[in-house]
Formats: sequence, structure tokens, C-alpha cells
Amino acid sequence: MTRQLLRRLAALLPVALGVATLTFALIHLVPGDPVSAMLGDYAAPADVAQMRHDLKLDLPLWKQYGAFLTALAHGDLGQSISQHEPVARLIGEHYPATLELAGAGLVVAIIIALPLGIIAGADAGGPGDIAAMGFAILGISVPHIYLGPLLMIIFSLRLGWLPLTGRGGFAHLVLPALTMGTALAAILARMLRQSLVQVTGADYMRTARSKGLSERAALIRHGLRNALTPVITLVGLETGALLTGSIVTEMIFSWPGLGRLLMTAINNRDYPLVQGCVLTFALSYVVVNLVTDFLYSAVDPRIRLR
Amino acid sequence: MRMIHRNPSLAIGTVLVTILMLSAIIGPLALHTDPFMVDLSRVLAAPSRSHWFGCDSLGRDLFARVIWAARLSLGVSTMVVALSLAVGAVIGGAAALAGGWIDGFVMRGVDIVMAFPGFLLAIALAAILGPGLVDLVIALTAMGWTGYARLVRGEVLSLREREYIEGARALGARPARLLLHHLMPALAGPVAVQATFGVGGIIIAEAALSFLGLGARPPTPSWGNMLDAGRAFILVAPHLTTAPGVAIGLSVLGFNLLGDGLAQLIGHRR
Repeated sequence: MTRQLLRRLAALLPVALGVATLTFALIHLVPGDPVSAMLGDYAAPADVAQMRHDLKLDLPLWKQYGAFLTALAHGDLGQSISQHEPVARLIGEHYPATLELAGAGLVVAIIIALPLGIIAGADAGGPGDIAAMGFAILGISVPHIYLGPLLMIIFSLRLGWLPLTGRGGFAHLVLPALTMGTALAAILARMLRQSLVQVTGADYMRTARSKGLSERAALIRHGLRNALTPVITLVGLETGALLTGSIVTEMIFSWPGLGRLLMTAINNRDYPLVQGCVLTFALSYVVVNLVTDFLYSAVDPRIRLR
Repeated sequence: MRMIHRNPSLAIGTVLVTILMLSAIIGPLALHTDPFMVDLSRVLAAPSRSHWFGCDSLGRDLFARVIWAARLSLGVSTMVVALSLAVGAVIGGAAALAGGWIDGFVMRGVDIVMAFPGFLLAIALAAILGPGLVDLVIALTAMGWTGYARLVRGEVLSLREREYIEGARALGARPARLLLHHLMPALAGPVAVQATFGVGGIIIAEAALSFLGLGARPPTPSWGNMLDAGRAFILVAPHLTTAPGVAIGLSVLGFNLLGDGLAQLIGHRR
């Protein structure tokens, strides 16, 4: 297990390096000159020269790249231009809120997806299946940017049950988590249904039924366990997408997380902060995918043998 | 009739997508209302017979704006999917046909781009390149092409081993002929399914970027920036968000159902 972990971590390095390189390249894709884009056209030449020096843009490209990677290895993401604070500290302050939101979204998705998928898979072709899958395809089709405001209208403005925006206790978390989790719930429910339907014909299911288990008991006790493996992989794959999906949700609900920090940075043309946020999101995504691989082999021992 | 019963997804999806296409293509020509005309006497007017979806915060007709936005959304999405498909097919197909270290090298590159979450890449590029439709298309294409590269490469690799391809090769068919006459027709099915789902995904991504202020710029109507503008009036005039929201939902639903239906159709044929 340890050897496998080390091998996976080693495989992670080139990917992490690639992600860092893409992030490094971002500032060089700014049309024209990034410094004058940040400072405006009427900035004093001395200020422009100072910032060019601070951002190391006066060095040759390969030296910039080397300096970027060295600083990165030391956890230094540079200085935010608009907020006059180290980028790493700003990210550290905002990251927990995003993790909280993504975690809550994931929980919501699983809570909705499990019953929907089981109802649909246990009764494939029946009314329960049609209703559950109808709901699922609706869930995939409604975009976050509409679902968020819709939930706000219903639960905050009409019913007054939940707070409208901001971060606070549990009540503040419900609507943003629902906004983020619904589409994922729909995707997972569809996967679970499909996987349950495939499992129904397996030999061990026939055995379970022939030893006298009812259809339902066989499905829950023997089918579900096997049907969950592909669903878990999908959860992992989609959790990365969930993290970036939080950008839109954070903007809708004024959630003080990394997504909102990124959008503020973009609006202020604070490129070091943009780079830092993008890198954090991307590396989280890479790490989540790694963890998924592990969960996958933990759930299905056959994979570990390879 | 029997077909509707057997494959309802395909039937409903086709109808929704056709309606969407028609309103995007013909709608702006058939409409008499100007989507840009400001009329301060009708600010936030509720839906009525003269203004089916009501009016926005500047008194502009929402129905006209939703229809014009359909042209933008659909135009951008189909263009992005076509470009992503072209880029992905060339890269994935070339890698598969070349094989060896070229294939390994190219697919490592694809892996690295894929390790970058797609929507984040689109946001970062749109933010860096600046708002505008061309930049929007570039940003969304950068997000979309990798999936097609993988799909085409995988399909080509598995097709290459089939007897009929080997037969054609034995008869002396060159790579170009193999590609055009033998591989392309077999690839069309799975690619069409993924591209159909892709249009739905890009519609959502485009709307999200415009919503964040990184896509189409006001006053150009897009469903995303209409939703963003409507949010401020959510208390007094919820129809401002309902109209573009339902439009996005129905189009994505249409493409998702069509994709489901096509997948079923191809699955049966195989």
C-alpha cells in the first residue's frame, strides 16, 4: 500500500508541474502589457518599472519560470496587488469556506442520489424509475445560475425559512449546498440506476435469489454493494468539478470563499492573486482525483492486484 | 408513432432542439420588437399581451431579448463544439495513427490539460483575454477539446484492430483513405453523441461566464448576463430571472434528451 502510494505521488509530480506551468503562462497571455493593464495607461513610468521589477517581468522568461517554481516550492505565491497582502495568506483565509461549501454540496448530492438511484434501479422501466429519472434529467438541465436565485426566491423571500446570503451557521449553508449538489445528485442517480440494472443479471444475484432472498433484499444486500463502485469513482471525478462549480455559487450567495476571491482578483486585474487562486483550485482538483483512485482500490480489491 | 414510444428521449429532444434552432435562426428576423429599445415607462413591467415575458430594468422587451440571446448562445455553443471537435479529432486521431512515442507524448499533454478543471481554465482564459465573443469561443474551446481527443483516439485505436480495417489495409488503402472512408463513418456515432451532450454543457458554461461578466457584454443580450442583471430585482420582478433561466434549462434539457436518444439509437444498432 505504501509503495503504491509513493508511486502514485511520483506520477502526480509531472501533472502538478504541468498545472503550475499553465498557471505561470497565464500572465504572459494577457494581451499587450500586463503591468500597464494593472496600473492603467496613465501610470508614472517609475511605478511601471517598479512593478515590472517586483513581478520579475524584467527578467528573461526562463529565469522568471525558475523563480516562479522556486517560490512555489517554498509556498510563496507572491504579493496581491489590490489587497497588499501575501497571496498565500489570502488564499489560506478563503479556502476553508470553499471546502465547507463543496463538502456540503457533496453531502447533499449523495443524500439525494442514493434513494433516487435505488428507486429507479430496483424498478427499471416502472413508474418509480420514470419519475426518478425524469427528476434527474431536470436536475442536470437546470443551471446553477438559475437554481440559486430560484431557491432564494422560494426559501428566503417567500417562505423566509433560510437566510439569503453570506456565511454563518448551518442555515446559511443549506441553499448554496442545494444549488451545488443538485446537478451532481442527478448525475450520480443516473449512474447508480444504470449500475444497479447491470448488476441485477449477475450470477451472485441469481444465487442470492435462489437461496430465498426477496428481490428487494437481494438488491440492497448484494447488488448495491457492487453497484456502488462506479458511483464512487464518479463521485471522485465530479468532486473536482464541484470545487470549480463553487465559483458561480459563491458569487450568487456572496459566499466568502476562494471563488469570490478569484472573481474579485479578476475584476481588479490582480494577476498574482488570479494565478494563486487558479493554482489552488487546479491542485485541489488533482489531489481529489488522486484520493479517488485510492478509494476506488479500497472499495474494489480486484483493482489493487494490478 | 412507434418510434416516439420506443425512444421518447429522441423524440422530445428533437422537438426541443428544433424549436430552439428555429427561434435562434428565424426569431430575430420575424420579431418586430427591438431588443435594445429602452422605454422607461415600462420599467420592470410584468408579462402582458404586448410584452409576453414582461420588460427588464430599462423597459426593454424580455421576449425579444431572450430570442436574440438564443442566437448568441446557440451560435457560440455550436461553434465551440465544432472547433473543439475539429481540434480534438485531429490531435487524437493523429496520435492514434502515429502510435509509439508520439502517441504517448501527445496524450501526456492531453492528460495535463485535463488535470486542469475545464471551467476554471475557461474562466482564467476569459479573464486574461478580456471579454468579447471571440475570446469567449477560445476560452470555451480550450476547455472542451480534450474530451474529443480522448474519444477519437480511443475509438481509432479499437477500430484499427477490426477485420474490415485490416482488410482495407491489406488491399493497399493509404492512411488518408482509411481515415475518410473507413474510420470516419464508424466514428460518427459516438462522436455525435458526445457532441450533442457537449452543446448542452457549453450552453451552461457560456451562460455561467456571461453571468460572471466574462462573456457577452451588455447591452448584447445573453441568457447569462440577463440572469445576472435580473438578480438585483429578484424581489420585485422575479420574471427577469425566470425568462432566461427557463430558456437555458429548456435548451440544455433538449440537448441532453437528444444525446440520450442518440446514444440509445446507436446502442441498438451495434
